[in-house]
Amino acid sequence: MRNVLKHLSSKDRRGAWIAFVVLAIVLLALPFFTDALFGRGWVRIMDFALLYIMLALGLNIVVGYAGLLDLGYIAFFAVGAYCYALLGSPQLGLHLPFWVVLPLGALLACIFGVLLGAPTLRLRGDYLAIVTLGFGEIIRIFLNNLNAPINITNGPQGISMIDPIRFGEFSLGNTHELFGLTFPSVHLHYYLFLLFTLLVIFISLRLEDSRIGRAWMAIREDEVAAEAMGINTRNIKLLAFAMGATFGGLAGGLFAGFQGFVSPESFSLTESITVLCMVVLGGMGNINGVLLGGILLVVLPEALRHGSGPAQQLLFGKTLIDPESLRMLLFGLALITVMLWRPSGLWPSNQRRRELVAENDTAQL
Amino acid sequence: MDTLLQQIVNGFVQGSVYAMVALGYTMVYGILGLINFAHGEVVMVGAMVAMSVIQLLIGSGLPPLLILLISLIISIVVCMTLGYGIERIAYRPLRNAPRLAPLITAIGVSIVLQNLAMMFWGREYHAFPSLLPNNSHMLSGAIITEVQLLIVFVALGMMGGLLLLMHRTRLGRAMRAVAENPSAAVLMGVNINGVIAITFMLGSALAAVAGIMVSANYGIVHYYMGSILGLKAFTAAVLGGIGNMRGAMVGGLLLGLIESLGAGYIGDLSGGFFGSHYQDVFAFFVLISVLIFRPSGLLGERVAERA
Amino acid sequence: MTTPIEFDVNLLELSHVAKRFGGLSALSDISLHIRRGDIYGLIGPNGAGKTTLFNILTGLYQADSGRFTFNNTEYSGRCKPHVLAQAGIARTFQNIRLFANMTALENVMVGRHLRTSSGIWGALTRNATARAEEHAIVQHARALLSYVGINRPHQTLAKNLSYGEQRRLEIARALATDPKLLALDEPAAGMNATETESLKELLLSIRASGITVLLIEHDVKFILGLCDRVAVLDYGKKIAEDVPEKIRCNPAVITAYLGTEPIIPAQAGIQS
Repeated sequence: MRNVLKHLSSKDRRGAWIAFVVLAIVLLALPFFTDALFGRGWVRIMDFALLYIMLALGLNIVVGYAGLLDLGYIAFFAVGAYCYALLGSPQLGLHLPFWVVLPLGALLACIFGVLLGAPTLRLRGDYLAIVTLGFGEIIRIFLNNLNAPINITNGPQGISMIDPIRFGEFSLGNTHELFGLTFPSVHLHYYLFLLFTLLVIFISLRLEDSRIGRAWMAIREDEVAAEAMGINTRNIKLLAFAMGATFGGLAGGLFAGFQGFVSPESFSLTESITVLCMVVLGGMGNINGVLLGGILLVVLPEALRHGSGPAQQLLFGKTLIDPESLRMLLFGLALITVMLWRPSGLWPSNQRRRELVAENDTAQL
Repeated sequence: MDTLLQQIVNGFVQGSVYAMVALGYTMVYGILGLINFAHGEVVMVGAMVAMSVIQLLIGSGLPPLLILLISLIISIVVCMTLGYGIERIAYRPLRNAPRLAPLITAIGVSIVLQNLAMMFWGREYHAFPSLLPNNSHMLSGAIITEVQLLIVFVALGMMGGLLLLMHRTRLGRAMRAVAENPSAAVLMGVNINGVIAITFMLGSALAAVAGIMVSANYGIVHYYMGSILGLKAFTAAVLGGIGNMRGAMVGGLLLGLIESLGAGYIGDLSGGFFGSHYQDVFAFFVLISVLIFRPSGLLGERVAERA
Repeated sequence: MTTPIEFDVNLLELSHVAKRFGGLSALSDISLHIRRGDIYGLIGPNGAGKTTLFNILTGLYQADSGRFTFNNTEYSGRCKPHVLAQAGIARTFQNIRLFANMTALENVMVGRHLRTSSGIWGALTRNATARAEEHAIVQHARALLSYVGINRPHQTLAKNLSYGEQRRLEIARALATDPKLLALDEPAAGMNATETESLKELLLSIRASGITVLLIEHDVKFILGLCDRVAVLDYGKKIAEDVPEKIRCNPAVITAYLGTEPIIPAQAGIQS
């Protein structure tokens, strides 16, 4: 931020600060507006949108920066979520505090990421895709079946009554009165998730514009050349995997604490594909694009859910296609269309923009 | 009843299905160097179409074998068209694009097919109509049904035919040439687009047959059956050495046996901790182990590593 | 670039190196020495094994047998490209392999990866060390870009540079790794006379800065006019190694290239 500001004239700089402050106020007031205008259900949807954005940003490191296609990304989300659920619920009788469990889940996801990435990294990218796809399914099979003979995951029923996220005596599960305002649970989670999302964005931006980030992109562009330039591609790719998985695990922990309930159903291949869609649709390797993709793909299906039923009723007199399969159908079509006609996504990437700037420079010369 | 022998018989039957599907992966990989992610869905479509045709004809009084033949032909035609369409939409426009691009379009196609199938045939499991009498034979202690026998014979026949096609015909020679060196093949006057399209169509025809086989064997079809079957068949292809057709056949049979024996004995081996519902996990561990210890597969000369 | 030039010591030594692909023997019994500070040329007809040898030197292939010593260290056996880059061998590619969607500047900055050390922590905190390092990387990269003569805005994407610029950008990227040996795979391919001439000057200036240069070329005239020593490969064997003047009239070389007629300079310029 400071770097950007340095290059702007003082007038522009003031403009940037104003924009920054306005954005901050909007983000802070958003849950109250949404609550008042559309109802509390939409605040909840916003909470989920933030979780998805965190996931998409994590996957963006793996797919967008390093060019490694991971089709089982949701597994890391599952690892984080189940770690939280097992260590903070009556299931095993453990009630470790949130600040222990959350990092632990992220760490565990990170370890899984490295373990999974290691055997495939010297192979071509498509092997990675299929191994991760398999891994995603395997995790789900284990979660589904580790209820017998020893009940660890409680099988398909999932784990419920998970401890809410709690800072000391302050539980995010309850409604609180602060500064004369009423903060329901969904609002509190919104702020917490917003904080984490901003953290993940910050980390992503910093990494993107760094020695490590350049190495990732070099590998994405041409692995052979990257290695010839002295990049230890194996380590750097593992690092991408570890980072991506960590974010996934983090989001998973938050999800478990927010929902109070986890079950294997939430971690299907469909979810992996949804997150991948966010990254691809918005623009691989571009944070703004990923944010846009994340928001679109959470809000549109919700609108679809509310809108498609009545619309079909009106047109055909009955519901022909249920919104869920319509959603996946559209996701599939989006993947195809974007790759065929707009491979850089809806939001032109940073490079493209930098290139435009460069062209302007030339024009002025 | 002898359990061991029974598991081997079951594994062999399942393995022939894997082998048929694995051939589709391996042929496309051999020629384009890409994993056709949508291949599993082609198997599913093949099974679904056959089911619908049989349901339509079953009351018509035609002899069961004729019905089976008609459904087989229709399903093969549909799948070949589908295979051609997949190649045209997802692969041909992106032949010179970065590797990630065709991979993503193929995943897109796979999702679209799955959801279209779900809209068309519904979410529920369908019973695959049994046309053949459910006779079974005892084979020194193991039971094998006539359907299973048919599956094994048809699979062996088709695979033999495919090998003949590859090694004894002009088309086969052209396919091998394109796999070996596409640009040289073009210079030699091979119609590379045609060859690639035919490869996809041949693979899809095999997939259609495999789809019918697997549904006839289990008596169940479902819109989601393609993805896990595809994953396993891919594993079989890697196990045998991807790009190598004989490897796909061997890998398929072997994977079928591993799965069947593994599921049969995992309970004993793990002291009752793991049960047979972990059957689907074996393929994955086989895949990982092959990738770690022998990435070129059992029969593969082609190393999967990128030069 | 401050290393003293020791003309009498070999920087790279190959002895009895062999490589087979399946049944095909791509290289057999290759022995050669590259002295520090030389511009060393490697020529030979198509399929002579030049690129194979090159790929062994840069770790892309492993030799089946023989010894490979660089800068007094042995690198025979399995050795990854990044290890050899670390040791000081930098390369360019025959078919240009830039990071197409990164800017010219970033391409060169990637070359600095090897000689810098900031990790995740540095990237996240942007502490003084990391900032200083990043600044040094940018300065170094900019200097290299102007050194090789790319005068465009440094933010231009690599894929949008002209062909000659792309070739030079590859050289800049390789130089960024602080190599002891710069290995160039047909750098003059596809260049016109002016571009070839300025490439020649660039290579001479690189050599003058203390970097040893290894060149593979088709263009015999180019190589004979530039190199201190030249080795000739034919059918995977070294058929000659000498100073250019002697290579020019070596009967084995003449036979390999032209059948029986002597090389006269006008004919020797086999431009591709």
